[in-house]
Amino acid sequence: MPSLRPDQLKELYRLMAFTRRVDQEAVALQRQGELTAFPPLTGQEAAQVGSAYALQRQDFAFPSYREMGVAIVRGVDLVEYLRAYRGDWNGGLYDLYAHNFGPIASSVGSHALHAVGWAMGAALDGGGKAAIVYFGEGATSEGDVHEAMNFAGIFRAPVVFFVQNNQWAISVPVARQTAAPIHRKAEAYGFPGLRIDGNDVLAVHAATAEALERARAGGGPTLIEALTYRLGAHSTADDPTRYRQAAEVEPWRAQDPLLRLAAQIDDEDFTRQVVEEVEERVRDLRTRLLSAPRAEPEEMFEFVYAEPPATLAAQREELRQWHS
Amino acid sequence: MAQLTLVQALNEALRHELREDPRTLVFGEDVGRLGGVFRVTDGLQEEFGERRVFDTPLAESAIVGSAIGLALAGWRPVCEIQFDGFSYPALDQVITNLAKYRGRTRGRAALPVTIRIPSGGGIGGPEHHGESPETYYAHTAGLKVVAPSGPAEGYQLLRAAIRDPDPVIFLEPKSRYWTKEEVDAAAAGRLGQARIVREGTHATLIAWGAMTARCLQAAEAAAEDGVELEVVDCRSLVPLDVDTLSASVRKTGRAVVVHEAPLTAGFGAEISARLMETIFRDLKAPVLRVTGYDIPYPAAAVEAAYLPDLDRILTAVQKVLDY
Repeated sequence: MPSLRPDQLKELYRLMAFTRRVDQEAVALQRQGELTAFPPLTGQEAAQVGSAYALQRQDFAFPSYREMGVAIVRGVDLVEYLRAYRGDWNGGLYDLYAHNFGPIASSVGSHALHAVGWAMGAALDGGGKAAIVYFGEGATSEGDVHEAMNFAGIFRAPVVFFVQNNQWAISVPVARQTAAPIHRKAEAYGFPGLRIDGNDVLAVHAATAEALERARAGGGPTLIEALTYRLGAHSTADDPTRYRQAAEVEPWRAQDPLLRLAAQIDDEDFTRQVVEEVEERVRDLRTRLLSAPRAEPEEMFEFVYAEPPATLAAQREELRQWHS
Repeated sequence: MAQLTLVQALNEALRHELREDPRTLVFGEDVGRLGGVFRVTDGLQEEFGERRVFDTPLAESAIVGSAIGLALAGWRPVCEIQFDGFSYPALDQVITNLAKYRGRTRGRAALPVTIRIPSGGGIGGPEHHGESPETYYAHTAGLKVVAPSGPAEGYQLLRAAIRDPDPVIFLEPKSRYWTKEEVDAAAAGRLGQARIVREGTHATLIAWGAMTARCLQAAEAAAEDGVELEVVDCRSLVPLDVDTLSASVRKTGRAVVVHEAPLTAGFGAEISARLMETIFRDLKAPVLRVTGYDIPYPAAAVEAAYLPDLDRILTAVQKVLDY
């Protein structure tokens, strides 16, 4: 794999710093009553940004509900992303095909099968594309993730299973999810699995780029277990002090992926400048988010079917009359 | 026009759609080399190759989940779940994802997926091989639910289901698989239309799938006693053609709904409620239901006593006539 150029390292830093700052802003917005809930990703920026940075335009990313860093790299408008957490539309308002970034998936692990199916379809179309699916260590306990990996192995689907092992599935530690190392599960499905330092953005990028390239070239799937840590709560409704000690969290703060990348770049002027840039972008985002139109009740009847059946059309009309 | 069994008619419909649309795929358990346990996919892999007609591992959730992904990549999947009672491992993918994806993507991702499920009892099958799961699907917004009654309907409705832009659950009545009928291979079907299969004046029997034929038998028997029963085949439960059902019952004033699934919260309850809401004043008697009992589908030796038979249907008819 070619190593990243200095300007690419800086681009990664910008993306990660923006991700971190938006993440903090989203938590603040929830506390202010502007978002209904939000699952913060602070601590996982290297895993998300580094892996997504390895994607090409034609590849497709299937996120869970905590992949805002991937959304940012894919160019998704964050107003359209965050309005899902504002309660305006389940799944998000962005165009999945404009960014090859799937809808926000809250049903843990179920989207792994969609990535495999998409990858099977891409292979049928002649290859040259890969899917990447994001989930956590908790999702590896789901039957759908097993079925997805088994299908991927058998059909040699061009897909990368990117597991962010952030140590905790809400309050349940990884030791209660699996008795075996996650990356070794790949062996049972007949494809490579590797464990990487998920807080080292260069390692994440290199491993993901290699796996994606192998997939695009017809070499089949890869499982990547990125070891990382969820520094915040599972969601704004969660209180991690009920299940983990501060002493456990502290060593991970020292492994903060932003600090590590900043140390590699070693350019204080640059990092200071990024902080200012990011502040301005987040101010703009906040303004646009809060001034975006809210969902109207009638919208809930849209997009259930291509053409609404008569019963549904009648129900929509009934609601319209209630509101007029 | 040709005399075909339902199995052959469905096979022809699949063949037709595979020929017409190179993006159509057929997959599931044993559908490739074997041609399906009921032979509905017989010869398709030979004709269209292993890329487009293929066997999957034994994993129903993955069959539906990968169909969703294939549809997202622009393919038109027709997948088979081998038996009704084994459709439940895939229920989460159907309810959580297949039915909701158009909405979650604000209409940008349509999922034209057809899930074929051999359904219903009456063939002496083992446990989990005789169930009627239509209510689970009909209760899930975003799905269409189709239940053909015989070869001609099967051919037309399957072709329409595959072409439909929305996900379709296609429930094939196993006990009718080997019935022969004239099938017009040129006739295109449409979803959402019920069909009057027998005209009558005294009462209306409403059914779908295998129970349509049972109702026709009941109507023949009743005719010997001078009672003329109208028989309506719903064909599609979602969308439900309430207009055709209501018009028939408005004419006859009496209705009996017949289905294999258990009574409680069965789809007959929905039809009964719709009739009451739309033509209450025209009803001369309460809408009755003749259904399976509220028990797990029973063992083969006693399934005949579970399934609605002529005696039970005609007794219900007598009740609505005497009301």
